[in-house]
Amino acid sequence: MADYHWPEAGKRSLIGKRISRLDGPWKASGRVKYSYDVQLPGLLQGKMLCAPYAKATIKSIDTSAAEKMPGVKAVDVIWAAGKEVLWSGQEIAAVAAETEEQARDAVRAIRVEYEPLPHFVSDVEPEKAGADNSKQTAEQTQGDPDAGFKSADVTHEGHYGVPVITHCCLESHGQVTAWDGDHLTVYASTQSVTANVDGFATGLGIPAASVKILTPVMGGGFGSKFPVDTWGLSCARMAKKAGRPVKMMLERDQELMIAGARPSMHARVKIGAKKDGTITAWSSDSWGTGGIRAGGAPTLPYVFRIPVSRTRHTAVLTNIGPIRAWRAPNHPQMAVITMAALDDTAAKLGMDPVQFFLKNIDLTGKLAPVYSAELAKGAELIDWKKKWHPRGDKTPGPIKRGVGVSMHTWGGGGHASNCATTVRPDGSVDVSLASQDLGTGTRTVIAIVAAETLGLPLEAIKVNIGDSSYPPSGGSGGSTTVGGVSSSTRRAATNALNELLEKIAPSLGAKADDLEAVGGRIQVKGNPAKALAWKQACAKLGATPITGQGQTTADIISSGVGGVQMAEVSVDVETGVVKMEKMVAVQDCGLIMDLKTAESQVYGAMIMGVCYALYEEKIMDQQTGRCLNPDMEFYKLAGIGDIGELVVHMMTGAGYDERGPIGLGEPPTVSPGAVISNAVANAIGVRVPELPLTPERVLAALEKGGTA
Amino acid sequence: MQAFEYARPKSLAAALGLLGSAWGETEILAGGTDLLSLMKNYVVTPKRVVDIKGLELGSAGQDARGGFTIRATTTFDQLLQDKTIHDQFNALAQAAAGVSSPQIRNMGTAGGDLCQRPRCWYYRNGFGLLALDKAGKSLVPGGENKYHAILGNEGPAYFVNPSSLAPALIALGAKVRMTGPQGTREVALSDFFVIPKSETEREHAIRPDEILTEIVIPDTSKGLRSATYEVRQKEALDWPLATASVALKMKGSNVESATIVLGHIAPIPWQAKEASAWLAGKTLSEDSAAKAGEAAVRGAKPLSQNAYKVQLARVAVKRALVAAMRKGV
Amino acid sequence: MTKRDDPKNSEKQKKEEKTRALGRRDFVKLVGSTTAAISAGVLGSAGVLTEEASASVASAEGIIGPGAVPIVLRINGEKKSLTVEPRVTLLDALRDRLDLTGAKKVCDRGTCGACTVIVNNKAVYSCTTLAIDVAENIGSGADIRTIESLAPEGQLHPVSAAFVDNDAQQCGFCTPGFVMACKAYLDQHPHPTYEEVQHALGGNLCRCGTYMGVRHATVEAANKMRRGA
Repeated sequence: MADYHWPEAGKRSLIGKRISRLDGPWKASGRVKYSYDVQLPGLLQGKMLCAPYAKATIKSIDTSAAEKMPGVKAVDVIWAAGKEVLWSGQEIAAVAAETEEQARDAVRAIRVEYEPLPHFVSDVEPEKAGADNSKQTAEQTQGDPDAGFKSADVTHEGHYGVPVITHCCLESHGQVTAWDGDHLTVYASTQSVTANVDGFATGLGIPAASVKILTPVMGGGFGSKFPVDTWGLSCARMAKKAGRPVKMMLERDQELMIAGARPSMHARVKIGAKKDGTITAWSSDSWGTGGIRAGGAPTLPYVFRIPVSRTRHTAVLTNIGPIRAWRAPNHPQMAVITMAALDDTAAKLGMDPVQFFLKNIDLTGKLAPVYSAELAKGAELIDWKKKWHPRGDKTPGPIKRGVGVSMHTWGGGGHASNCATTVRPDGSVDVSLASQDLGTGTRTVIAIVAAETLGLPLEAIKVNIGDSSYPPSGGSGGSTTVGGVSSSTRRAATNALNELLEKIAPSLGAKADDLEAVGGRIQVKGNPAKALAWKQACAKLGATPITGQGQTTADIISSGVGGVQMAEVSVDVETGVVKMEKMVAVQDCGLIMDLKTAESQVYGAMIMGVCYALYEEKIMDQQTGRCLNPDMEFYKLAGIGDIGELVVHMMTGAGYDERGPIGLGEPPTVSPGAVISNAVANAIGVRVPELPLTPERVLAALEKGGTA
Repeated sequence: MQAFEYARPKSLAAALGLLGSAWGETEILAGGTDLLSLMKNYVVTPKRVVDIKGLELGSAGQDARGGFTIRATTTFDQLLQDKTIHDQFNALAQAAAGVSSPQIRNMGTAGGDLCQRPRCWYYRNGFGLLALDKAGKSLVPGGENKYHAILGNEGPAYFVNPSSLAPALIALGAKVRMTGPQGTREVALSDFFVIPKSETEREHAIRPDEILTEIVIPDTSKGLRSATYEVRQKEALDWPLATASVALKMKGSNVESATIVLGHIAPIPWQAKEASAWLAGKTLSEDSAAKAGEAAVRGAKPLSQNAYKVQLARVAVKRALVAAMRKGV
Repeated sequence: MTKRDDPKNSEKQKKEEKTRALGRRDFVKLVGSTTAAISAGVLGSAGVLTEEASASVASAEGIIGPGAVPIVLRINGEKKSLTVEPRVTLLDALRDRLDLTGAKKVCDRGTCGACTVIVNNKAVYSCTTLAIDVAENIGSGADIRTIESLAPEGQLHPVSAAFVDNDAQQCGFCTPGFVMACKAYLDQHPHPTYEEVQHALGGNLCRCGTYMGVRHATVEAANKMRRGA
């Protein structure tokens, strides 16, 4: 009988190999249908009206003119008169019409009377925000920080920060909703097929059994596409009203204004250290804004658990639009604050930061050996010893080069996932679970696990995901998907296989325990002569297929990874323009399922990191309360020429593989901001305190001292 | 986008007959890369759109009246393919190449580049060209102004002229031809751009019933050493933070006369006359280039968030001059 | 054209790499049969517009609209008739009226390149092109190519195949635009360097971060196209 544990290194035919994603041909041919692409008979187009004020009371809403506009089939008020608008862009009403153009015309015909109220949208320190707009959320002291700082040979004080950025999913948020009687089908661009059933059922007051969610592919979520949202419910209500399906995808400006933001985080940090690099104390006073509600508090310092510390966090409350989880919530910000402050401390000590990190590596806890190995590998890949120099590149001319290092961690584990693996008498295999593939390669991983387990080629597996009628599976967040679906699929496929082995054991004159599935055969272990081809074996099932069920269990997956990144940049000190030269990521993620898509996850995370390190910032105007760059022209993202050379090294083999799979979506996104900031400081001899590292910030920092 | 009527006239006369005499009623469509975005944002809401891509506007190439002529509807891509531009007008070729999206280069036209509207984010978000509040005061000085003007910014206009080609064309002494009901007129491109004093004024010296047909670079500009330098944050499609185009008449290594024009730092392409005059008679060197850069920004009055652009403009001038010095022609 | 299932054409692929061809048909099974039925319905209504109809589109002064008018687009070698207002963009005509949804709507302002199509052999943004502007009966009558024209269903153009092999896509929403920008470029520049690729694709943006794969894919596709794969 087969057991659930992952095959040994020498016995893996698919796991860990470089396998092209299964959905690749659909996407690269342009033929696959995203939610945005779905066409249905009689489909109407929905558009939303969003509030122009950051704070206001809605005095009245008059939709009568809109209802009479050509092509209009339904109008839905989302936020009724009397309610308060709390951020600009807030959803007020929606229209469904025959064409997009008509829907937009009708939205503009809705008359809303607002009573504007004073708003606050500035991402500033609590002192400037004032008591009304700030709220202390945490204060903690460990050990004796005063004594810690007193015992230090060197203390460093600095200020660091990361602004509010957005998700900017290329497929904007939205869905197509279609009713068949009382049954609702939603083609949703979601990270959470299973949970969206409940979201629509609860939101619309209908039984969950009446809701079906379909998400065969989706165009990016990054943490922002879990809820069904006001626009989802409004879309469904309009479809009901009109008796016709409705598509409502957010316009790009709406996507950037209201469909998710990453909270800012800023801090004043003080670090004490001995001459030999031993850290004696940490203190930080941090703040940041996540919109109108105070979020949680960061865990500072990051990765290095300095036992003597004093931390305080204050939330600044602003009318900027709601925050949502953004790939590794809080970690990139905590990494910038911690790794930049540590890097500055190392500079003050005159130490190479890699040596400084290694000196204090025990503070990283049980991942210390992983980090040590990764630091060595990263240093080798970027040629750290040759490229690192003390602060400030002394090379003549305006172009200064520098290198930086950062470390990060993430949990992982597996979300609750249920899988059904069905083996049919004709030999076909279906693997079904109501999971979703965000572009991370989930579909491919599921196929790899099932095929590996059943000893079949990848092509033999049909993966059914993106449909809520399959067994429930968790939302894709927190890097928990690969853990969830690989363990549920492994168990389901193993259970199906074992049932098959029991059935055919007599015909091979063996006990089920002595059989194995390898190379498209069921054979007596190690004996290909005593075998049945897969199809022959399945034919013995008669008329009844076998279905194996599997659920996520913790025994074959793991959590808690470490990663190290290093970057080399060049900075034009006359213009302040920072260019990426090279970035290296060394990442641990347990047992890799598909090396190709795993590497892609890391490349992608590094590139998203370049974006937020150098370009991204949601610009809010305090005078008008509005976001001024809800477009892709001034909400800047890196292009193909802006990323330099990227190198990914996955830590695999003994010591890593035994842990089983661990998700990879978040961890490599964490360090790029810190690592690029540190590389810039190394290049120009001075810290640019706030991201993104734009020309104005770099030049301002240089004015305060540096190599130029 | 508001509904509009569309016409694609086959003759200039027919096109002129379709234009209105007041701004706002009609818009001229060429490449569409700017106009369609403006219309989608409801920043402009014309009742009629006149597509001029079906017109043969003048003649391209060497002009009988003594100049190199570029049709208004010539795309960036066509400019970059042109041998005369490549060989004789370095500053222009470099400016065109700075638009780093092939799609924009394939669609965007020379005339459209000159006539495009400012990218000021208050303007684009519906606060008007001058971003005036209810009291008639501009939102820009007290607001988010890191991309705004550092020169020519006495107000109420604080936007920057967005043209990629204008600084180079002005440095090369280009003129534009416009045809309207009263006939054709030729205007120095440097006079084509104006700083509006009120919300109803346009930032271009073209009348609503006129069509910009051609751009003419005088033959005397052939043989000038010219160059353009852009300070841009991204390699990919991105608006420059400051640009400088220079055209130099040389006598050996001495500058006989110079024209230095800055882009993206003022509501109009900014002619650095003091710097140009200072450079005349000087030997071209890194040092004199740097000093010309200093002179070019001497009158700059940065707003609350854009002092860094003074430095960028200074460096752009220096680097454009150094490029002209090294590359010749 | 590269037929993905044909092992003869899988040269240069590393031994351990496995690609599985999944045509549209597989996808349809995944989401139910509705999608296929609808596409057929929408496309079935397209026919060739008569001369009389096109002549009646404009007024004596040549003014068209603002109401919907019949136009003919020459798309992927076929004439398609549809009725649109002058304000309808080529992107919206393709996506909403012709069920050609390979071109994506992302920025909708001529910045991100997701809507890239090839018009008269040049890559353009279809979101900032009016449909009427390229219509045969009114505008330029341009040859419009969308990603759907690159290969028959179930097969992949060498550029698409190279994107698959090099994992130059994650969520895939920017991918068709990249493929088209890449294709238009390679048709004119068959020997690109990595450096040149970066300039050639400066008008396209990706959010998942697939640029490393795109660089490799473009150079690999150039090699394949030169060999006439």
